[in-house]
Amino acid sequence: MKKRTLYIWAARILMWLAAGITAALTLFLLGYVLIKGLPNITWELLSTKPSYLRHTIGILPDILNTVYIILAALLFVLPLGVGAAIYLTEYATSKRLVGMIEYAAETLSGIPSIIYGLFGTLFFCQFLDLDKSLLAGALTLVIMNLPTVMRTTQESLKTVPQSYREGAFGLGAGKWRVIRTVVLPNCLDGVITGCILSVGRIVGESAALLFTAGFAHALNGFFEGLSSSGATLTVALYVYATEEGNFEVAFAIAAILMILTLLINVSATLIGKYFERKNKV
Amino acid sequence: MKSNKLFERAVHGVFLILGLVTVACVLLITVYLVISGIPAILEIGVWDFLFGTVWESTGSDPQFGILPFILSSIYGTAGALLLGVPVGFFTAVYLSKKASPKTKEIMSGAVSLLAGIPSVVYGLVGMMVLVPGIRALFGLPDGASLMAAIIVLSIMILPSIIKVSITALDAVPKEYEDASLALGATPEETWFRVSVPAAKSGIATAVVLGVGRAIGEAMAVMMVSGNVANMPSLFESVRFLTTAVSSGMGYADGLYREALFSIALVLFLFIMLMNAVLNFFLKGETK
Repeated sequence: MKKRTLYIWAARILMWLAAGITAALTLFLLGYVLIKGLPNITWELLSTKPSYLRHTIGILPDILNTVYIILAALLFVLPLGVGAAIYLTEYATSKRLVGMIEYAAETLSGIPSIIYGLFGTLFFCQFLDLDKSLLAGALTLVIMNLPTVMRTTQESLKTVPQSYREGAFGLGAGKWRVIRTVVLPNCLDGVITGCILSVGRIVGESAALLFTAGFAHALNGFFEGLSSSGATLTVALYVYATEEGNFEVAFAIAAILMILTLLINVSATLIGKYFERKNKV
Repeated sequence: MKSNKLFERAVHGVFLILGLVTVACVLLITVYLVISGIPAILEIGVWDFLFGTVWESTGSDPQFGILPFILSSIYGTAGALLLGVPVGFFTAVYLSKKASPKTKEIMSGAVSLLAGIPSVVYGLVGMMVLVPGIRALFGLPDGASLMAAIIVLSIMILPSIIKVSITALDAVPKEYEDASLALGATPEETWFRVSVPAAKSGIATAVVLGVGRAIGEAMAVMMVSGNVANMPSLFESVRFLTTAVSSGMGYADGLYREALFSIALVLFLFIMLMNAVLNFFLKGETK
């Protein structure tokens, strides 16, 4: 009897301890980064570019570069990912082909970002002659995020009732028309979730961008920016922390990234709940 | 009518191509890594490359032995598992079985946040907190060490371990647990002796995912591990496979640059091996 009591209490204590550690770590990381970073965020930092003449640092170019890279990557990854998902759920009949595509997607999601970075350098920067540019970085990220968009879209396509499709076919619609008017509007939640997850991953990515997009801090417009080298927020954080030893700026960027991560997580949860409720009705 | 059919066929073709893009990407990446990775291995010699213990890429008589990187990556990953798996596992059991729905929701949010924090932020906090902490605690000249990398990695793999384990534990049929409870087992005994064994393939998957994340992480490790090509030891500066690639890519040329591609190829093979293991566990689950 005593041994049992011991077992039960050991189990309880270990569980509390572990959950406590996880919670404490999260709180510590969040608190530490925000406390060290928020005081360093000034309007000047957010709205200017670095100036060697005045010895000031601004991260506006890095913010814009992040936005550009997100837009460019989504522009490519959405049609590719959604298209692949539609093929898998609506068209594919060969089980082997489906298995192959799904295995490929799994493999892609397991490849570490440093290898994507290397591949991007070889293929996009050198072979396609894009040099170090935001476009090369964005294209590298397209491959990285392809499995995510594909999977979330696929999940939501599976929840579209078969009867919708049958109804549309029964009315004489062709396959493409059914997909366009019945299937696609109903998988919007998966597409949006995929977008949010991709944005989160792009915002947090650094290893794959370091050698494909480079780390310049020039202020550019969208198209000009895509063809020139530029650091995103994460890459800028890395450069400021390791090469320039400017920890105030590094923590300010870390705090911004932390807030973005929070926002992305919250919006992903909210959208998930919104569509869940909508689907139930 | 005929043009309509033609149109449908064309659409089908377009979607087929979109579906095959993923496969093409995997093939392209594999081919590129193999083609660019093989020459340096052949030039250095397979044995000298994989089992050479000295990496001196810039010396007058350069040596390219990557055993220090391989071992650092393996030790680092093993250490991260040693710390991360128990914490992740017990947290997952707690959240899946014992915690109130409210606690579970809040903690799941916290875990998602941990998963979403960019690796450079982990690296930065590690640089500012862990590295000086380890230096002060153990009286070392420099705290940037394998130890610091292990701690950072163990935190970074927590979310994948917790999330996947929770999914597996939540999926255990309630009947199993009810039967165990009805036989007089306490809730704790039921969770650890019935639910956990029932979810073991899912938990194994979680651990393998953690391994994949730890072995592939570059930036955070680079910021806290000091980045010197030593044979691994807990309190010395080390270089992982990933950081060897990322620290050299900026300036390397000639054989040095080619050797970096070979390192990437070795890393890629490690990851493919992990994928194979993962698939093995996933298949076990569906059976």
